[in-house]
Amino acid sequence: MEILDHLIQGFAIAFQPLNLGLVIFGCALGLFIGAMPGLGSVNGVAILLPMTFLVPPTGAIIFLAAIYYGAMYGGAISSIMLGIPGASTAVATTFDGRPMALQGLADKALITAATASFVGGTISVILFTLFAPPLAAVALAFGAAEEFALMMLAFATFIGLGGDDIPKTLFSIFIGLVFSAVGLDIISGQPRLIFADIPGFLHGINFLVLAIGIYGIGEMLWTIESSKGDVQISQATVTVRRIIDDLRTFKHTIKATVMGSFLGYFVGILPAAGATPGSLMAYGVAKTISKHPESFGKGNPEGVAAPEAANNAASTGSMLPMLTLGIPGSPTTAILLGGMVIWGLEPGPMLFIEHQEFVWGLIASLYVANVFSLLINVAFIPAFIWVLRLPFTILAPIIFVLCIVGGYAPTQDMHDVWLILIFGVVGYLMRKLEYPLAPAVLAIVLGPLAETSMRQALLISNGSFMVFFERPISGPIMVTAMVLFLLPVFAWMKGKLRSRPAPPGEEQ
Amino acid sequence: MRKAELVMAAVMGLFSVYLMWKSAELPIGWIPEEGPGGGAFPFWLSAGMLVCCIWIIVRWFGRAGTVAASTGQYMDSATLRMFLLVAGSLTVMIGLIHIVGVYVSIPLFMLFYMRYMGGHRWLPTGVISVATPVVAFFFFEISLKITLPKGFTEPLFYPLYDIFL
Repeated sequence: MEILDHLIQGFAIAFQPLNLGLVIFGCALGLFIGAMPGLGSVNGVAILLPMTFLVPPTGAIIFLAAIYYGAMYGGAISSIMLGIPGASTAVATTFDGRPMALQGLADKALITAATASFVGGTISVILFTLFAPPLAAVALAFGAAEEFALMMLAFATFIGLGGDDIPKTLFSIFIGLVFSAVGLDIISGQPRLIFADIPGFLHGINFLVLAIGIYGIGEMLWTIESSKGDVQISQATVTVRRIIDDLRTFKHTIKATVMGSFLGYFVGILPAAGATPGSLMAYGVAKTISKHPESFGKGNPEGVAAPEAANNAASTGSMLPMLTLGIPGSPTTAILLGGMVIWGLEPGPMLFIEHQEFVWGLIASLYVANVFSLLINVAFIPAFIWVLRLPFTILAPIIFVLCIVGGYAPTQDMHDVWLILIFGVVGYLMRKLEYPLAPAVLAIVLGPLAETSMRQALLISNGSFMVFFERPISGPIMVTAMVLFLLPVFAWMKGKLRSRPAPPGEEQ
Repeated sequence: MRKAELVMAAVMGLFSVYLMWKSAELPIGWIPEEGPGGGAFPFWLSAGMLVCCIWIIVRWFGRAGTVAASTGQYMDSATLRMFLLVAGSLTVMIGLIHIVGVYVSIPLFMLFYMRYMGGHRWLPTGVISVATPVVAFFFFEISLKITLPKGFTEPLFYPLYDIFL
């Protein structure tokens, strides 16, 4: 059992006092971030990444992964108590969590969410442990053409499965890739796209600048706008006795939980899908397979368990392609991937050979983070409910300052701070027009890699694009990507065919 | 909403043309023995951006797409006021960093935000406005050894450097 040996080594790293402390601190912070309406894992990871320069890379990624985990647990808290999702990943939790809270069962909803998250997290980490090493071994054989094909597949999932407006999604991908090209040309070394000859562009546009702009400043502007109204916090009676009772009734939701865990994990692996659609799908499936589908939406605990298990499982799932292939499975993992580049680690299959302690330390810490998120969540429910009462006008300026100072720290250039502000403001204005922004963040992280692999592959093939289709692995990946790119076209044609027999005037 | 959609697509379209022109400063064609020129990648991607913008504008005329078909307002006056206040105060704060540095500009921003925008009492406002830069100082300057910009207030920090660094 080679995997088991590695895992034990990983635990030895995860249990080092510094790393263990970082896991616990990260989980608590993540729960806090997740519980805040408007802030989710991606915002927390983007804003706090610059703060991790204090510790070694292994500690840093363990800390950020713990935040990611904690935030998935925390998202349920505001969904249940306020009826406002703490993050988009917890939208489905409001459907039944809120009615339960209104019926005075807030504690039961919170406990169900926490235990379901724990099961989802555990199942997905086990799946992750089993899948990651073989996948990384396969990926070792990948060349430039395969790498490029995989990235095309990642972008294609946004078009085919993202569900957002097509030209706007494409635009977002393109602009992210163009921004990644700013700076020095990687092959010839010539300066490129130096806007208005401002020297600050010579070092390129750091992905963190875009991520903090969009997920820090932009998100705050968005939350300030959408949280204008008054919100009603439900009352939760939390006693040890009730918690034990709630835990006992958990067995009724076990089917929904396990289903949500597996579904969430596999949906999470896809770059465009991730935790939000994963949890929505899990909710839908849970309703279909439930014995009491009519009680969904009226406070059925299964409707809380399924999406919560799914969003935690999806967050682990999205780490699988990030670690093994170097292709992030979600915006949060895109930022983690960018962080790894800053720490001097090259993402991709070589990590499993060259940086075993990093990979297995991270995997083991996911197990640990899962346990601590559950414990902290259940033990401090009253504290997290108190968090929801914090006025946003106190939190907002602190987060703005974190964005500004955190954005300055990596390059120590005021130029980047101005860019963060511009990206934040423009990103907010574009988001209001339903431009999806996650593809841009993914694109700016993958851009340099995509360009290098494309140029290398084309150089080998002497300029023929067929190289991406001819090779045995990249070929099928490219074809899948093309199908996904064209999926909306098929859907559109199907819609046209169907609407043709309809009399004029009834068409949408 | 409709007006904003058109303006955004047009502005982004112009921006893509600028990007194409800027990329063309480097060779965008095929260089023998070297592969595609340095400008090719961004050039064709910017061209893609332009196509998307044209696509959005064409659809706009046909009122297709959720935004182009909506009759709602892009920003009502309350939202606009909030947006201008927040974005404006952030701009002023970042601008001030160049002159008086973070340790003056951040407390000013926080005072403004919490007191004026949030209407909080002086005590919590004051405590948080002072505590944030103090924490930032110890975290960045002392632990991470990253000097934050201080503008002309730099000399005031020399004694602190002597104590902690």
